[in-house]
Amino acid sequence: MDYSLRKKLGLALYIVFLFIPIYWLVIMSFKGTEEILGGLTLWPQSFTFDNYHTIFTDSTWYMGYVNSMIYVSMNMAITLVVALPAAYAFSRYRFIGDSHLFFWLLSNRMAPPAVFLLPFFQLYSSVGLFDTHIAVALAHCLFTVPLAVWILEGFMSGVPREVDETAYIDGYSFPKFFLRIFLPMIRSGIGVTAFFCFMFSWVELLFARTLTSVDAKPIAAIMTRTVGAAGIDWGLLAAAGVLTIIPGILVIWFVRNHVAKGFALGRV
Amino acid sequence: MQRKVRDNKAWFLVLPVFILVAFSAIVPIMTVVNYSVQDIFDQNTAYFVGAEWYREMLRNPALLDSLGRQFFFSFSVLAIEVPLGILIALVMPTKGRMAAVSLILVAIPLLIPWNVVGTIWQIFSRADIGLFGYAVNAVGIDYNYTSDPTAAWLTVLLMDVWHWTPLIALLCYSGLRAIPEAFYQAARIDRASKWAIFRHIQLPRLKSVLVIGVLLRFMDSFMIYTEPFVLTGGGPGNSTTFLSQALTQMAIGQFDIGPAAAFSLIYYLIVLLVCYAFFTAINQLDKAK
Repeated sequence: MDYSLRKKLGLALYIVFLFIPIYWLVIMSFKGTEEILGGLTLWPQSFTFDNYHTIFTDSTWYMGYVNSMIYVSMNMAITLVVALPAAYAFSRYRFIGDSHLFFWLLSNRMAPPAVFLLPFFQLYSSVGLFDTHIAVALAHCLFTVPLAVWILEGFMSGVPREVDETAYIDGYSFPKFFLRIFLPMIRSGIGVTAFFCFMFSWVELLFARTLTSVDAKPIAAIMTRTVGAAGIDWGLLAAAGVLTIIPGILVIWFVRNHVAKGFALGRV
Repeated sequence: MQRKVRDNKAWFLVLPVFILVAFSAIVPIMTVVNYSVQDIFDQNTAYFVGAEWYREMLRNPALLDSLGRQFFFSFSVLAIEVPLGILIALVMPTKGRMAAVSLILVAIPLLIPWNVVGTIWQIFSRADIGLFGYAVNAVGIDYNYTSDPTAAWLTVLLMDVWHWTPLIALLCYSGLRAIPEAFYQAARIDRASKWAIFRHIQLPRLKSVLVIGVLLRFMDSFMIYTEPFVLTGGGPGNSTTFLSQALTQMAIGQFDIGPAAAFSLIYYLIVLLVCYAFFTAINQLDKAK
């Protein structure tokens, strides 16, 4: 179908609406404090990299990014390893309690974090995982795993059962079939799932902040440091914010083909 | 749907997921239940009080207020984001390079950490340093979200629309892509109007993704915490103190863990019930057809 001009204009306006706040954050990060407080300028009058310089030279700052990346990667790996077989089970078999199990998995997302954070802290402290990356990764599995199972199940249901049956007749064992034949067939699904795991783990703050203190502290928690005795250092805050957006853009750039293909299959 | 084989051995495949989620889910929820029936003074002194906290919480005006505010906020969020999301999904390009580019651009707000979303809107809408705040004031409307409750509420709403409409748009976009081209060809032969195509071809196909989208948006907007906390801190007054924040103040600020736990469980039940009712209603509608 041909694209009408009205549609393009509407979409363009929406994208502008999405990007104006981000634009403001980005240019704010290149301004000095005097300029920010002195008045409104649409483009930095005195372009400065000081804010970024502060972040990249202070290890308490940049380690926050490293910590966040470590637990997000761990979360992606753990989620995929456990969710792949489970999604296969949901897509191919009926078993006792299957629908209840799925609703239970989803229902864990619905617990209000405010009060649940305290028992979380106690639980992870009691097993000696407090202030480790793995603790945050495991806690985030609470909402990434149900989502991953749901997405992967959609992709796996798209693969005909005959594929499985033919492989077994040809003498493949289940693990061999699963790794050699099945997984390559749902590559796009795995890409999309990894993307969504990244998305939900990277943006989460409450669990990450509660379960860490020094060694595994995420960047989102470190950002609160910009509130000092002399008020908020807006430029530094903006620079830290910009640096948290970049990994997201990189990830979506790398998986863009998978995501587009995943969307084309009609399953997010 | 494909035929599925009945086989309980499939549980072995699901077991890792079950153990992993149970570890993080069951112990904390039992601990909260435990808190909610006790009056806790310190680590070693606690008294069993039964359903006392539950009775008290259901009569607490401050919490009931924030519950009302919460329902109103979630409803407003859904009323704006769902139609807008569908509209955007309809205008997004379907093929070629532009399809991938617009997909990526629209997805970006979803990839920003939630507290940074709050920060972005703080920087953007403050009357002194923000482009938006400055522009609105320049037009002649008196706008300062740090002192005016209505402005604060609207700013939080606008921020949520900015942040989460892309999720609905992407879900609907994927639903639309699953409609075979033949459906549209048939509609063209029948000379169906744009509205008829939307009403009878596109909307029915969007139903399953919209169910997921509405559920996710309801849950998340009902538990909203980080973004308004960064943007307004719940103020001015109590105008943007939503339920999560009222609870946090109670649990950590005043250290009333028992009552806060009792209310958390009520809160959890409300979310579960609404989602379950919604789910069942949709399934009933399906059967009725």
